[in-house]
Amino acid sequence: MKPTVPVLLAISAVMLAISPFLIDAAPPEVTMGLVQKIFYVHLPSAMLFMVASVACGSASAVFLLGGRRPQIDRVALAAAELAIVFGLITLVTGPLWGRKAWGVWWVWDVRLTSTLVMWLLSWSFVLLRRFGGPGSEVLSAGVGLFGMALVPFVYWSVNLWRTLHPKTSVLPTLPASMGLPLWWDVAAFACLFGALLALRTRLERLRTDVDTALADADE
Amino acid sequence: MIRVIRNAWLIAAKDLRVETRSRELVYTTVFFAVTAVLIFAFSFVQEDSTVPPGAASGILWVTLTFSGTIALTRTFEREREHDTLRGLLLSPVERPAVYLGKLMAVLMLLAGVEIVLLPLTALFFQAPLFRTPGMMFAILATGTLGFASVGTLFAAMLVRARSRDVLLPVVLFPIVVPVIIAGVRGTNALFLPEPDMAIAQMWLAMLVSFDAVFLSLALWTCGPLLGE
Repeated sequence: MKPTVPVLLAISAVMLAISPFLIDAAPPEVTMGLVQKIFYVHLPSAMLFMVASVACGSASAVFLLGGRRPQIDRVALAAAELAIVFGLITLVTGPLWGRKAWGVWWVWDVRLTSTLVMWLLSWSFVLLRRFGGPGSEVLSAGVGLFGMALVPFVYWSVNLWRTLHPKTSVLPTLPASMGLPLWWDVAAFACLFGALLALRTRLERLRTDVDTALADADE
Repeated sequence: MIRVIRNAWLIAAKDLRVETRSRELVYTTVFFAVTAVLIFAFSFVQEDSTVPPGAASGILWVTLTFSGTIALTRTFEREREHDTLRGLLLSPVERPAVYLGKLMAVLMLLAGVEIVLLPLTALFFQAPLFRTPGMMFAILATGTLGFASVGTLFAAMLVRARSRDVLLPVVLFPIVVPVIIAGVRGTNALFLPEPDMAIAQMWLAMLVSFDAVFLSLALWTCGPLLGE
C-alpha cells in the first residue's frame, strides 16, 4: 500500500471529526434555519459524485480506445463504486433539505433528475461488472463511455422543465463564515475519496492476482 | 462506404429472410405490445371511459420501449442459439457493417410493431394520431432510431454475457432516458386539443441530435465493443 493512503485517511478522519464544530459555529441561514446545515454535507458529496462519474467515464474511454490496460479498468470500476456511494449521500441529503425548502421530498428538476439518471448509470456499470461474467470489463467500459456522452442530453431534455434547484452561482457570494465549513468539508471528502479510490483499485488488483494464481494452480 | 452499406444490407436481408420464414419475433413482439397496451388501459382509463391527459403518449412510448427491449433480446438470442454471431464476426465484413445490418433489421421489426401499436393506441385512448401525420412520423422515426441504435449495440455486446436478459434493460433504460422524455413530450404536444407544432419541433431537434451523436458513437466503438 502506498504511504499516501493512510495519510489521506488520517487527514480526512481528523477533518471530518472537526467539521461538526465548524458547521455548528457557522451562522444560521435566515429563512431555512437548522435544515440549511445539510448543505455542508450535500454539496461536497454532490461534487465528488460528479468527480467520480467523470473519472469513471474518462477511464472507460481510455480503456476502450487506448489499448485495454487493466490498471485503467480498475480505476473505472473503483470510481463507479464511489459514484454510487457519494451519489447515495447526495440523493438522501437532497430530499431532506427539499422537504423543508420546497415542501416536497422530490421534484423533477433538472439537477435532481440528471443526478438520479447518472446514479442509475453507475449502478448499470457495477451490476454489469458483477453479473456479466468474463469479458464484462469491455461491456461496462462501453456503458461508461456512452454514459459520458449522455450527460448533456439528460441535462438538455430535463432542463425544458422548470428548475427549482439553487444555482451554484451562490457559491462565490457565500460569507466566509459559511464558506469555511463548506470548503473544509469539500477538502475532507476529497481526501476520503482519494484514499478510497486508491484502496479499491488496489483491492481489485489483488483480487485478479489471486484469481490468476488460482487458475495457474489448477493447471 | 458503399461496400459497408451493401454488406449491412446483406446482413439485414438475411435477418428478414429468417424472420419471414419463422415469423417468431413479429408475432410474439406484436402480441406482447398489444397485451401491454391492454394492461395500461385497465390501469389508467377511468370508469366513465375518459383517459387522463398525457396518458396516451406515455403508454405509446412505454410499450415501445418494453417491446423493443424484448425484440432486441430475442434477435440476438437467435444468433446465440445457433452460434452464428461468431460466424458473422469472422466473415470478411467490417464491424460497422455488422452493426448497421443488425440495426436495420431491428428497425424494420420495430416498424412492424408500430404499425399495429399506433392504430390501437388511437382506438383505445382517443388519441388524434393522424391529425399531424408528418410530425408524428418524424418523432416516432427518430425516437425509434435513437432507441434502436443504442439498444442494438448493447444487445450485441451482451450476447456472450451471463444474465443478459435482465442486464439489457439495466444498461439500456438509463441511456435512453432522453429519448423517452423527448418522445413522450413531443407526442404529447401533438395530442393537445390544438397541436403545438413549435414544442414538437423542439423535441424533434433534440431527438435528431441524440440520434446523430449516439449513432456515430456506436459506429465508432462497435469495433472494440463487439470483440475481436
